[in-house]
Amino acid sequence: MFEYAPAPESRSVVDLKPSYGLFIDGTFVDPTDGGSFKSINPASEEVLAEVAEAGAQDVDRAVRAAREAYEKVWGPMPGRDRAKYLFRIARIIQERSRELAVLESLDNGKPIKESRDVDLPLVAAHFFYYAGWADKLEHAGFGANPRPLGVAAQVIPWNFPLLMLAWKIAPALAAGNTVVLKPAETTPLTALLFAEICQQADLPAGVVNIVTGAGDTGRALVEHPGVDKVAFTGSTEVGRAIARSVAGTRKKLTLELGGKAANIVFDDAPVDQAVEGIVNGIFFNQGHVCCAGSRLLVQENVADRVLESLKRRMAQLRVGDPLDKNTDIGAINSAAQLERIRELSDAGSAEGAERWSPPCELPERGFWFAPTIFTGVTQAHRIAREEIFGPVLSVLTFRTPAEAVEKANNTPYGLSAGIWTDKGSRILWTADRLRAGVVWANTFNKFDPTSPFGGYKESGYGREGGRHGLEGYLNV
Amino acid sequence: MTATATSARSDLSELGRSETALRTFLHGLPGVDQVGAEQRAAQLGTRSIKTTAKAQAIDLAIRMVDLTTLEGADTPGKVRALAAKALRPDPADPTCPHVGAVCVYPAMVPYVAEVLRGSGVHLASVATAFPSGQAPLEIKLADTRAAVEAGADEIDMVINRGAFLAGRYKEVYDEIVATKSACGDAHLKVILETGELATYDNVRRASWLAMLAGGDFIKTSTGKVPVAATLPVTLVMLEAVRDFRAATGRQVGVKPAGGIKNTKDAIKYLVMVNETVGPDWLDPDWFRFGASSLLNDLLMQRTKLTTGVYSGPDYFTLD
Amino acid sequence: MSERVAVRKTYKLFIGGKFPRSESGRSYLVQDANVSLASRKDARDAVVAARAAVKGWAGATAYNRGQILYRVAEMLEGRREQFVALGLPGDEVDAAVDRWVWYAGWSDKLSQVYGGANPVAGPYFNLSAPEPTGVVAAVAPETPALLGLVSVIAPAIVTGNTVVVATSPTQPLAAVTLAEVLATSDLPGGVVNLLTGKITETVPTLAAHMDVNAIDLTGVTDAELAVELEVKAAQNLKRVLRPAPVDHDWSADPGITRMTTLLETKTVWHPKGV
Repeated sequence: MFEYAPAPESRSVVDLKPSYGLFIDGTFVDPTDGGSFKSINPASEEVLAEVAEAGAQDVDRAVRAAREAYEKVWGPMPGRDRAKYLFRIARIIQERSRELAVLESLDNGKPIKESRDVDLPLVAAHFFYYAGWADKLEHAGFGANPRPLGVAAQVIPWNFPLLMLAWKIAPALAAGNTVVLKPAETTPLTALLFAEICQQADLPAGVVNIVTGAGDTGRALVEHPGVDKVAFTGSTEVGRAIARSVAGTRKKLTLELGGKAANIVFDDAPVDQAVEGIVNGIFFNQGHVCCAGSRLLVQENVADRVLESLKRRMAQLRVGDPLDKNTDIGAINSAAQLERIRELSDAGSAEGAERWSPPCELPERGFWFAPTIFTGVTQAHRIAREEIFGPVLSVLTFRTPAEAVEKANNTPYGLSAGIWTDKGSRILWTADRLRAGVVWANTFNKFDPTSPFGGYKESGYGREGGRHGLEGYLNV
Repeated sequence: MTATATSARSDLSELGRSETALRTFLHGLPGVDQVGAEQRAAQLGTRSIKTTAKAQAIDLAIRMVDLTTLEGADTPGKVRALAAKALRPDPADPTCPHVGAVCVYPAMVPYVAEVLRGSGVHLASVATAFPSGQAPLEIKLADTRAAVEAGADEIDMVINRGAFLAGRYKEVYDEIVATKSACGDAHLKVILETGELATYDNVRRASWLAMLAGGDFIKTSTGKVPVAATLPVTLVMLEAVRDFRAATGRQVGVKPAGGIKNTKDAIKYLVMVNETVGPDWLDPDWFRFGASSLLNDLLMQRTKLTTGVYSGPDYFTLD
Repeated sequence: MSERVAVRKTYKLFIGGKFPRSESGRSYLVQDANVSLASRKDARDAVVAARAAVKGWAGATAYNRGQILYRVAEMLEGRREQFVALGLPGDEVDAAVDRWVWYAGWSDKLSQVYGGANPVAGPYFNLSAPEPTGVVAAVAPETPALLGLVSVIAPAIVTGNTVVVATSPTQPLAAVTLAEVLATSDLPGGVVNLLTGKITETVPTLAAHMDVNAIDLTGVTDAELAVELEVKAAQNLKRVLRPAPVDHDWSADPGITRMTTLLETKTVWHPKGV
């Protein structure tokens, strides 16, 4: 047996302070009417830092700082200068990428190889991409003189803390808006390190403001009358509430919400790559991915073979210490999320689906869930309809392409989908019919700053990334 | 995949009887997506193998080396020295294992055989008009028989790539069958020359063709064309031997050859073996490295692990 | 010699390519005519008809949709006097014809303008293209009764959506007459459905309907109603076009936002390899 010895990434590159204030108007300040909360490492439950919780007054301060920066500095600033600040931020992110990656894994629980090889490169690339747009907006196809909206209120989730920050802040700033961003309460730390990077880049005060806190802070922010734009990534339930709260206002809204993506494997698929795609689709980032391929639709005539290969492959997944460079699956982000995954998985078993996990030892402390598949799932099962947001795959079968499409679309969500077949015309036929904003054919979970991302139906509206991503931050 | 471990073992022995059956079978194998295969290989390459795992891997890799010289300038003196090194790679350290085999041209076999006799180190020889394979079949078979008679217990043959690319699968198949027969008790490694097959789909088909025809090992390359062994090519071949065993019950070995120059590369291959086909193949009987310069780097890294300091080329033999 | 007694027209709804009376049997007197007073059930029926028409209409080629929209312009031009007889200014009818022509030309161009290849950092083909969102509910502006109506319908359907429109309550005859134009333009039944009557009766049903993908509140002038409708629309996250400003200039270049708000962008990835 070839046992890999532990290969932990050093956490000494991260210099954490015991406590963090709110980042408002270019400096870290104490909250005036808020309290504080602790951010923990989900892999060990140790407290990483104490973080300020912004109250309504703090949010108001932040919005006013953003307004002032918009009117006096950032709005009037020529695009080429905004571009330079964004390029500068992109460079600092590259320079400090190891530190950011380790901190991301500590606070979020994701494997270091993902934060190092996926999140951080994409974060830097996103700032690079939008930096280049800042002085070219008149060529973006939104009219001769596209104008920014003003102050953007941005609320992001905990699954890709820094990447979601980049998806929000980079296009907003490139278009000439200023922002107040609220990171998720369980993963605020890289956003606060990003605030330090803004300082290091000499970004004018008030252009980026970071208010930490939970749901109340987020609500105060998106409902603040001084914001012109609301961008939210998170659950469909919260997205709905936000859509209601902006009704009748001038606020422009983009929402990137939940998903229940179908990953369709036809009988002529390149099987070994399809199995990799299935694994990547549902176990990447512990399944904490809105576009995760959480429903495997496999053609019945190859289902046994595909499942056997899948199980063999799953047995190779290494679950454990997120900072170990060989870890494939890290910790579940929070106790609450673990509870939800357990509840839905138990429902899957109770409703008669067959549950399987490879043998794997889970650490005693922290929040862990073994990679799991359910076979014999039908469209009527809860695990085939509700977003689990964990490393749990529901396997369904189909007989014909039309049936595959029908099942794939039979959900209120419409964020992403996968197609595996060696037949080109079948890919295009299927892709045409799938009601999903991103379709990965013979690949899965690929992201790029140039590629628009966002959903159909209850997965939200608006697109992030690419030229399309500018539209949500421009008055068009 | 044509069958699974859980399904009944398939009898594929009839396939070689007709061109049509072979073609239908080989073209019915699932395709390989190039980008996906290369990404998987690259991903396995990011495994971090340290300390005890690394020491274990280095010794295993040494035992898997087919220490090779295939030059027009090879002389009895040169190959004897190489064979001596195969037996005791690190003269300063008796705990260092010997390599898997020495690999030479047929004319050099007698000289190597003298050195290796009774040592447990195998003696491989490239036969069948290596590296091009462009000779009449009778000559290739004679080449093979001569090498075996001179003491080779492993024969590395080349397939007829021209026939393969032209779609004359039965011709390729028949040549392998004939060579296997000429080998007698010697193990047959079938060189696919993947660099000339151009696509992973072809690599997968050629792998199956070689296994169906009775090859004991499938080997990537001659080392004589610009593209030799790569991680993704080896991945596709490992998937083929895995699926072939699931289908037939017979285990076939894999040998990447050429281009594997250092310990880091070798360890990537071992990780790939471990995670693709599992520990059954982590053995010199089932996995080999065709290489010449790799051994010295393995020895240097081995010394670093035992002494804690980085060594230099002056401290290792250059044979 | 007695004067010929004119044959009067019955003004009915337009649902699924047919001209039914309101299932409620009600009508209201407006513009000297009895016009159908659409009910909530009529609104639901219209959604069913609109949904049924999505597959064929969205699946038609862009060229074909463009041809049909241009055909609508031709038919409208031919009936110009009929609209003038309803009291509409000739200029407005001309502008409405021109608007159909303008949108007809967009059918096979918007994908090129609004979509395209994305140069991702990897060996992938990556293409973004717009697609219709599905069924759109719309509130036509009170005035201009014809140009406003056309300005709401055309951008929704040119890209492949189908619509259910609540027409101007005070000037519904232009809408019903337009339905006669649409019915003779090769436009498949159900692509456009027109509900005459009270906005407060039909539109809340449409805003709350879970099988409607987007809502265009252009013609809503009551701010409170607009909020109520937008809140209802949030239930299934409908795409929303908010009310037009009261001073909106309907003769100006409409731009593409009306079209793009009612579109989804689908991005397809595929590896490039041998």
